[in-house]
Amino acid sequence: MDISLINLVPLLMAASTPILLAGLGELVVEKSGVLNLGVEGMMIVGAITGFMAAVATGSPTLGFLGGALGGAAMALIFGLLTQGLMSNQVATGLALTLFGLGLSALLGQGFVGLKPPATPKLPVPGLSELPVIGPMLFRHDLMVYLSLAAVAAVWAFLRYSRPGLILRAVGENHAAAHALGYKVTRIRIYAILFGGAMAGLGGAYLSLVRVPQWTEGMTAGAGWIALALVVFAAWRPVPLLVGAYLFGGITVLQLNMQAAGVNVPVELLSMSPYVVTILVLVAMSAAGAAAGAPGSLGRAFHASR
Amino acid sequence: MNSTDDLLVIDGVTKAYPGVVANSDVSFRIRKGEVHALLGENGAGKSTLVKTIYGLVTPDAGTMTLDGQAYAPAEPSAARQAGVAMVFQHFSLFDALSVAENIALGMETPPKRRVLARQIREVSEAYGLPLSPNRRVGDLSAGERQRVEIVRCLLQNPRLLIMDEPTSVLTPQEVEILFRTLRQLSAEGTAILYISHKLDEIRALCDTATILRHGKVVGDCVPRDTSARDMAEMMVAAKLDTPVKHPGTRGEEVFAVDGLSLPAASQFGTALKDIAFSVRKGEILGIGGVAGNGQDELFAVLSGETRTAPGSVAFQGAPVGRLGPHERRAIGILSAPEERLGHAAAPDMSLADNALMTAALRMKLAPGGWIDWKGVRAYAEKVIKGFDVRTPGAHTAAGALSGGNLQKFVVGREVMQDPALLIVNQPTWGVDAAAAAHIRKALIKLAEEGAALIVISQDLDELMEISDRITAICDGRMVRPRPAQGLTMNDLGLMLGGRDPEEEAVA
Repeated sequence: MDISLINLVPLLMAASTPILLAGLGELVVEKSGVLNLGVEGMMIVGAITGFMAAVATGSPTLGFLGGALGGAAMALIFGLLTQGLMSNQVATGLALTLFGLGLSALLGQGFVGLKPPATPKLPVPGLSELPVIGPMLFRHDLMVYLSLAAVAAVWAFLRYSRPGLILRAVGENHAAAHALGYKVTRIRIYAILFGGAMAGLGGAYLSLVRVPQWTEGMTAGAGWIALALVVFAAWRPVPLLVGAYLFGGITVLQLNMQAAGVNVPVELLSMSPYVVTILVLVAMSAAGAAAGAPGSLGRAFHASR
Repeated sequence: MNSTDDLLVIDGVTKAYPGVVANSDVSFRIRKGEVHALLGENGAGKSTLVKTIYGLVTPDAGTMTLDGQAYAPAEPSAARQAGVAMVFQHFSLFDALSVAENIALGMETPPKRRVLARQIREVSEAYGLPLSPNRRVGDLSAGERQRVEIVRCLLQNPRLLIMDEPTSVLTPQEVEILFRTLRQLSAEGTAILYISHKLDEIRALCDTATILRHGKVVGDCVPRDTSARDMAEMMVAAKLDTPVKHPGTRGEEVFAVDGLSLPAASQFGTALKDIAFSVRKGEILGIGGVAGNGQDELFAVLSGETRTAPGSVAFQGAPVGRLGPHERRAIGILSAPEERLGHAAAPDMSLADNALMTAALRMKLAPGGWIDWKGVRAYAEKVIKGFDVRTPGAHTAAGALSGGNLQKFVVGREVMQDPALLIVNQPTWGVDAAAAAHIRKALIKLAEEGAALIVISQDLDELMEISDRITAICDGRMVRPRPAQGLTMNDLGLMLGGRDPEEEAVA
């Protein structure tokens, strides 16, 4: 296989989209002060529900919708337990991942080996005909464009909109936000649902576009990568995009290098995406030291008195 | 009955929580443009009442009338719309956000960023509280942070401004600025409901006062015509013994710090710079200072949590700089830190457990490494009795006690171990008048019995009351200690700013 940018960039964009979507959702959740470690579980449930919806209806669009709903349903369980019943967020998140892995295996029993309807590419008229840049950037499916739009939307939402400001305030100091009269629990539930839907979309992208078929445990740690990216990106959307593309890019590159038979031990190649992504993001977050974790991250909020 | 210049009439407000009635049939009225004080001990129901007015708590019974209209805010935004604004005791600010963002969060319909920034500048200048809208709140001083809260309230043109313990973190000079602002507001017709423990401030500022005790209104007075002592007695319904200090025998020097410098431990810490002082037997040395000027770092050095060069700290002539807290306890250096929950006491453990933790060595509660539970309980009970700690018993979790009671316990726990030197940081922070008097009396008695004491405090009245000599710490440097007798508040203010009043007088 030819290792060139024109080949590599479209592949890396597609490879990065699942973790970008899931990471973006988790970023919003954590900005609201909630630590949901169930990203992996929500992703894989999104992967199977999306797959099921797409196979049943024959429409990839409805498939993605099904994936988002499946992820959001999982998130709702997490939200009710942690926000309503004040359960421990770390334990509940871990349980959600285990539950999601089991549930998806159960749901997916009749779907192993099936082929989902193909997700069409949507070349951008005009731009996709440009030399070099066209095939690299403008011949993707809808979800790739949407994920990039989501990065911009989340960035603008958090930075410029009033609901975004309130969300950040809730995550920064929930007691103070409550004292000012903001509905901490409700805002967090919304954020958790959004995070679940985004993780579900990411999962559906795996089963409908990336692979595309259903296999048990097919997320293979992508949810955990998304979680780590959020931390290393210091809870900022744009560095998250960089991190996700870097990770996806090196994954694709090292696969191509393996295929090309480059004389480097396979183990080194396989670990390179993790090592490089962590190093780059650590350097980035050290440079922008001002942004830290949201002040109330992972702390349960109970409106007493 | 309802005269037209009443702004807020509170009539029969009652609020009960399981096991405690926070407000019982509370009635009083606030006139337009007056500064109205709300007085009471910790737990008297002030906070609940204020939260009721601000819409955070819904009363079980009773009505409120604001400017002739029935007033029952379901949530704070309703209160804000009705013209009621509040500055909280514990600042309700968001460290990671900018001043402008913090202010926008407290407004119903904030204007565009640029307009808001201009308004912030205008209002803050008009009331003598300069503020820069783009700074991050986490980087501001306590006084500046309070300005953010006040400006946030002022931008909404409130008719009633509620202030909950606003001066506890301010220097005397900052208090002056605040009072000037409040008087200006009051003159413009804004009523102010002012909550404070500091009776002298209330006498200086407030037009009328309502006094709460155990959730009930027990009286009102005109603070200007009432002595601080009478008001305090109304609050606690008992005669108050103001501790009296006997300038008694002072013995030899027991403890000396010399040439102590220490780099800041973290980005937000303060470096200690060339600190030198000494304490004699039977003497109380008071160390004043605005929060965050190196008190915590100094306390850590004195208690042994931070170790230093051996010679920079000396006890009875021997260098102890390298000894940790445990070794220092063994030779009689005891300490009680500021933060009650988490530093002085473990909140989820019982009082007996907490007593064991610092008293095991000196009271021989764990001979041979085995805990003598009977002895531990007996010691805890002794502290509870000796310091009038109101609690069901030694088995109660420390975190279940009110601030004042726990403070009595953690100070008492050290005092009863017969220290040669006791270091306390903020001994009466957030503690009501009766408990504070009790603690101060115990400290004075300890000094009279021959111990040396170092009291770090931000409460200048307290320092004046109990100290023999006073010094202050400012930006990690210490001012030369001066005898407490004859010091004026103005001198103290200069010292808090790191200046020596005598040199200022010469210059």
